[in-house]
Amino acid sequence: MRCRVAAAALLIAAVACAHDGSGAADREVQVKLTLSRFVPDHFEFKAGTTVTFVVTNRDPIDHEFLIGDEAAQRAHELGTEAHHGAKPGELSIPAGETRTTTYTFGEPGHLLIGCHRPGHYAYGMRGDILITD
Amino acid sequence: MRRQIASPLLALLMVAAVVGPAFACAGLVAPNGSVRLLRTSTLAGYHNGIEHYITSFAFQGGGAKFGSIVPLPDIPKKVTRGGKWTLQRLAQETQPPTPQPTEGPTAGGSNDAEELYETEIDGLLITILRGGSQAVGRWAKDEGFNLTPDAPEVLRFYAQRSKIFMAVRFIPKKAEKKDLAEGDGVPIHLRIPTDDPWVPLRILALGKRPYQDISADVYLLTDIEPAILPAPAEPGRGGLIQERSEQASDSLLDDLRSDKGMGWVPAEMWLSYYRVALNARNLTYDLAIDASGAGSPSEEDAYGKPDNSSNSPQHSDGSRFLYSVILIPVLGFGFMRGVRSRAKRRR
Repeated sequence: MRCRVAAAALLIAAVACAHDGSGAADREVQVKLTLSRFVPDHFEFKAGTTVTFVVTNRDPIDHEFLIGDEAAQRAHELGTEAHHGAKPGELSIPAGETRTTTYTFGEPGHLLIGCHRPGHYAYGMRGDILITD
Repeated sequence: MRRQIASPLLALLMVAAVVGPAFACAGLVAPNGSVRLLRTSTLAGYHNGIEHYITSFAFQGGGAKFGSIVPLPDIPKKVTRGGKWTLQRLAQETQPPTPQPTEGPTAGGSNDAEELYETEIDGLLITILRGGSQAVGRWAKDEGFNLTPDAPEVLRFYAQRSKIFMAVRFIPKKAEKKDLAEGDGVPIHLRIPTDDPWVPLRILALGKRPYQDISADVYLLTDIEPAILPAPAEPGRGGLIQERSEQASDSLLDDLRSDKGMGWVPAEMWLSYYRVALNARNLTYDLAIDASGAGSPSEEDAYGKPDNSSNSPQHSDGSRFLYSVILIPVLGFGFMRGVRSRAKRRR
């Protein structure tokens, strides 16, 4: 009997882990960085959703994946941070590698994704995120 | 060289003239990141199945390292220093004889790139590479080139057609030992066996702002009048402008033949001279050549392979602005030793 209870508990734990991925996310989204573009470059999430972004850089050059509003994007464009990864929604992804970040979308509104390696944002390396009610 | 050209006065004129039109392919950049887009001059001669690709790379001085990447139609069987006056003599033949002022700044495959060949010519380190866009891009990054955001797309454009690239870097100390001053060009001559000659033009726009002017001279010498794609621009419009298309004069061919490495020039050839004058956003093609007489230059050689990949993002014109900087080798002199030791290890 004890064995059955233990097995059931393990099964429930396994299902729970499979459900939330990183342990907190409601969704997992794959993003490719290719030819200095985000693919896809448009996302829509409900407010309050926690999303794990699995970002794969398929280019031979380094990129970034930075979530933020226009002011944050401007700040990143002028900023000097060489590496991102500690804050949710901010990644530096070396050429050919994959990184993940988990971000919770709060209030309804509009956010942007950008890469701020020199010249990349101006080249068009940006995307947008619509957060709905 | 014929006596009339070897006269000191004319020789001086030619040295002065080379500062104007004869410069390197694919953009050179200053260490502070500003683009020094210099006018390119290239000869593509095609005879007996060999494309003779001759271009010149300008030394920028200042102790900094500069580099270029040039796509090639096939593997060269030989890379040597170009002759002393071929490009200048072509300019003299087709352009006003007075020296032109320097324009100054104008407006997936396999995992690893294969180094097929490496040689040094007058302070230039030349590496012939075979690899897909990813591999060549990674190689360039590892070797200290700073690739601009348009580089992945441009490299893919070329790698879909030919996986052969030439990387060219100046070795400042060696260039200075050769007494090269800033702006002095080193001509390079590649002999490329191919049945499919073409001249890379799109690479000239790499790293440029969309409305930045691209200016280059392209000379073709072929056995008969070639057919080309794209068609030359209409008079008065920018683009690929046909300035000359005629039987090459005996005096020109004699002068070229007397230059070093130019003995291949036969008794009769057709001379075409095209001037590239347009902004970077419109330079989306290469020059495809049919020198066989069939009159059917390859659309793929001119415009690349059609891209049906669903992963290929579409670039909007409006988004391609204000990016700069091409290929900046950022490492110091020590990296040369790194290249050498790696090359030795690979051997």
